Amino acid sequence: MAITGRLTMTNQTSIHGILAEFDSVDGILHAAEKVKQEGYRKWDCHTPFPVHGLDGAMGIRQTRLPWLVLVMGFAGCSGGILLQWWTNAHDYVFRISGKPDWSLPANIPVAFEMTILFAALTAFFSMWILNGFPRWYSPLFRAKCFTRATDDRFVLAIDARDDLFGEETRKLLESLSPNTIEMIEAPIEDGKIPLRLKGMLGIALTLLLLPPAMIANARFTKSTQPRVHIVPNMDTQVTHRGQEASDFFADGQAMRLPISGTYAQEDDRLIGEQVGFWTGKENGAYLSSIPMDVTPEFEDRGRARFGIYCSACHAVNGSGQGTVHLRAQELLSKTWVGPTDLRTDAIKQQAPGQLFESISNGIRNMPSYSSQIPAADRWAIVQYLKESL
Amino acid sequence: MAKYANVNELSDSQLDNLLEPPALVQNAETFHDITESVCSIAEADRMPRSWYVLFTLALCFLGVLGAMIFHLFTTGVGVWGNNQPVAWGFPIVNFVFWVGIGHAGTLISAVLYLFRQGWRTGINRFSEAMTIFAVCCAGLFPAIHVGRVWVIYWVFPIPNQMDMWPNFRSPLLWDVFAVGTYFTVSLLFWYMGMVPDLATQRDRAKTKLRQFLYGIFALGWNGSNRHWHRYERAYLLLAALATPLVLSVHSVVSFDFAVAQIPGWHTTIFPPYFVAGAIFSGFAMVLTLSIPARALFGFKHIITMRHIELMCKVIMCTGMLVGYAYAMEFFMAWYSGNRYEGFTFVNRAFGPYAWAYWTMVSCNVISPQIFWFKRARRCIPLIFVISIFVNIGMWFERFVITVTSLNRDFLPSSWNYFSPTIVDILTLAGSFGLFFTLFLLFCRWLPQVAISEVKNVMPSAHPHGNHGEVNHD
Repeated sequence: MAITGRLTMTNQTSIHGILAEFDSVDGILHAAEKVKQEGYRKWDCHTPFPVHGLDGAMGIRQTRLPWLVLVMGFAGCSGGILLQWWTNAHDYVFRISGKPDWSLPANIPVAFEMTILFAALTAFFSMWILNGFPRWYSPLFRAKCFTRATDDRFVLAIDARDDLFGEETRKLLESLSPNTIEMIEAPIEDGKIPLRLKGMLGIALTLLLLPPAMIANARFTKSTQPRVHIVPNMDTQVTHRGQEASDFFADGQAMRLPISGTYAQEDDRLIGEQVGFWTGKENGAYLSSIPMDVTPEFEDRGRARFGIYCSACHAVNGSGQGTVHLRAQELLSKTWVGPTDLRTDAIKQQAPGQLFESISNGIRNMPSYSSQIPAADRWAIVQYLKESL
Repeated sequence: MAKYANVNELSDSQLDNLLEPPALVQNAETFHDITESVCSIAEADRMPRSWYVLFTLALCFLGVLGAMIFHLFTTGVGVWGNNQPVAWGFPIVNFVFWVGIGHAGTLISAVLYLFRQGWRTGINRFSEAMTIFAVCCAGLFPAIHVGRVWVIYWVFPIPNQMDMWPNFRSPLLWDVFAVGTYFTVSLLFWYMGMVPDLATQRDRAKTKLRQFLYGIFALGWNGSNRHWHRYERAYLLLAALATPLVLSVHSVVSFDFAVAQIPGWHTTIFPPYFVAGAIFSGFAMVLTLSIPARALFGFKHIITMRHIELMCKVIMCTGMLVGYAYAMEFFMAWYSGNRYEGFTFVNRAFGPYAWAYWTMVSCNVISPQIFWFKRARRCIPLIFVISIFVNIGMWFERFVITVTSLNRDFLPSSWNYFSPTIVDILTLAGSFGLFFTLFLLFCRWLPQVAISEVKNVMPSAHPHGNHGEVNHD
């Protein structure tokens, strides 16, 4: 079957197809209807914009794209919910403000966005994939008339591989009164990617895989090196302890004094009528008695407070052999100053006011307990020390 | 081209009178005319002088942005005015401002597409590009405001050595998903719409380099009707997906405020109020950009007076919607009987930030009212000025919402007046540099008008014989 025309081909296989160029929407629509009627199957229309009615004229069936989008939309939605459930209700549970571990309303925004994201990505990529893109080369680009198919011309192309392709094809196209008819040769090599480009792409892809591989390696191995600090100034900040010197402040101290005029809440107690109750002293002398009513409840309270606050060091029997002392002796035997044995005469002879002062302000290694034990309870402990221990 | 030089010398009313009723594309008889007037810009060796002036200016501001970000990263967020009680200052204001502008693009592309509004074709590419660049600017602010920017990836649910996951009940994380999705979908939408036009530019390219670059991005598009069929279906689906998306994104942004229990923020009106504001500011920005561009690049026959008038009407309508929202906020503050809510709103209008509040009201509610008059809707300089006013007003709206609600909170001892630092102001100015640099590059190299879609609404695009479908519009 030989085809004659502007291009006379001796070998049928080297023909790719035949093109007819039209300059109006009506021309291409009419032509498409005719070509379809003749029963051609491998043919197409190339237009600068989607021509209304051409789908029908060509008999194009509805694409299955919307179904793909629907399915992936559901996948995005359930994926979004699963992600949130797994991360926040299962693997790492957030227990905040007495809220339930899993409550759907708070998870709807993200599930919605994931639905849209998956569906949109599917619509975009499956459209290109179903259309066979990216495919940067097509034999059609060799045709002279084809450059205007993206401008203002409407081109009908019939593929040489169609069963009906032959002498009649050209006659049919001529009968449709196109601007021009053009035959295109099949390329010798069908737009193969050059080997060099393939090699470069391969190298680029391998290089791209390196960072994730390194991250994965770091994730699953252990290192003796310290962590990498990209911006170290927030990890290692200069901090000072209470009594340290500092070059920053004019007075050379790291610790700041309270703003002038500041006074502690207790200060008004120290000058009032109950000064003995708060300090254990009156007119410079220690109180010789407990400034409270001594009742059985008061004594019980003293015993209990002693058990809670004092016994850890001084021991329940007041011997000074408490758990903290024993442990400290083990760790710091050379420097450790042990707690006093509270049963000795030296203690027994102290005025209640002096014992109260020691508890309130601390002595030697013992810290102040005034912030932990209310004054009344401190007196209760004094009572316990004096009378029961 | 000579013919179009003449068209651009005509005044808008003359152009309008050429055809009656006003057509969407004026004075372009053939498809080739459209191709020519859009593609010739990218093919020109030189741009109009004003392009170079604007581009240099934009680059300077971009440099300022770079310097400010460098200063921020090396010094810390203390360089900003954010402090107690206004811990959310300029970064969130700028974020909401930019993301709002980014809404008109998708609205024009998607919503007007679904409603079959043919007039969108003249401006959709433009506004989609604007969307992408505005969302870039918006995304910048949350990313740089976190303090330790090098661990910003913690916002994503990535398995990590701490064995921790982000809190999905936080609106700030919803933001990550909403803005991320919005940027992705807008980019796909924009690029997909551009592929056939890139193919047109490829086929017209004279140099090898242009053929190669346009060719790469055109993916090999050849106008096949079998491709168009799937393409149109995918485009419709993307439009249908982007429409609820555009509504959800600004709703989620408004949750950043509405979910917090601060008087002035904790209201259910926020999502629709924010969406209306976003459309409002977005359309204003489209006008701000398209008015100079149509004059500069000669698009008066594609972006016609009719387009401008329609956009003015949208601005007036959405302006009244935000005005209603302002009024309703006051009403609810009184009607709720909540004294803290009431105080916040009195403080807003008559407190230390009254100047910001009344700037906002005059720019957003009062100034668009002039569009009731047809003469105002056709007066280009006036429209340009109003569009700038609306941009200013919408920035102040976000400033008022953020700052006035925080500066006087429940504890009067912590009340304080927020003032931005110079770094705050220069970062905001620099973000405009980023936006305009990207936009001017887009104007230079890419098809500014959706060529294939404009052709589609021309009368000659519709069949005249008995080919089945009758033309719409």
